[in-house]
Amino acid sequence: MVKWSDFERAAIQDIFSKIDYDVVGSAALSRCLIVYPWTQRYFGSFGNLYNAAAITSNPKVAAHGKVIMAGLEKALKNMDDIKTTYKDLSVLHSEKLQVDPDNFNLLGDCLTIVVAGQLGAAFTPEVQGAFQKFLAVVVASLRKQYH
Amino acid sequence: KMSLTAKDKETVKAFWAKVAPKAEDIGQDALSRMLVVYPQTKTYFSHWKDMSPGSAPVKKHGATVMGGVAEAVAKIDDLTAGLLSLSELHAFTLRVDPANFKILAHNILVVFAIKFPSDFTPEVHVAVDKFLAALARALSEKYR
Repeated sequence: MVKWSDFERAAIQDIFSKIDYDVVGSAALSRCLIVYPWTQRYFGSFGNLYNAAAITSNPKVAAHGKVIMAGLEKALKNMDDIKTTYKDLSVLHSEKLQVDPDNFNLLGDCLTIVVAGQLGAAFTPEVQGAFQKFLAVVVASLRKQYH
Repeated sequence: KMSLTAKDKETVKAFWAKVAPKAEDIGQDALSRMLVVYPQTKTYFSHWKDMSPGSAPVKKHGATVMGGVAEAVAKIDDLTAGLLSLSELHAFTLRVDPANFKILAHNILVVFAIKFPSDFTPEVHVAVDKFLAALARALSEKYR
């Protein structure tokens, strides 16, 4: 079981209370598709992903950004057992979506950068540490059901 | 091998021109973050009295690192040749595991996002990420 310090719990809750869910999910996913274009392989049904402008304005990308944020919120609300909370999501990503789990780290890095941009100096090194630990637990839980 | 296009180089140089005045601050901040968020990187600095964010050794070394980045920007058309002596330094003297270049690069990007939120667009992000990866490859040239 993951141990969270009081600081980490508070920092992570604080981040999620401050960020704009509609903006962050979409911006992070867009960045991922732009910065690591091979990730587009999972979004063949999304239509126009030909360039950065197309990706940033694509409504399916925006909609999926919200799906991702909803998933993260589940983890946020169940911080003491993300592994169990994510069991079905892990099976989904492994068996149905067949996503190479290394991609989770790429999206995680983009999320960190977008959140940093939103929070500015309030995203201190220690807060960044807490957020990246949260993402690491999320990623590990998503990887758990890959066999 | 993912090479830098002409557009990538233009984008990097233009962005660097904007951020260069804050280079020392950026370096200090990125290094601080690396040491806090990836504590295993502290193993390279056991000779420092203080590794905390904002401390003198961190400030000084942040400036040194960004000086290297500035040099790389200037030599962007041939990073391998341009960073030869830095590569030898990292390979034979410092012996930094190259995995750490990626870690430091990530933290530099985080600092860019914080300090230049409107300039650090997705297009700039990909060009700068590619550049830092190319820089890391050039630094790793002499390792073996």
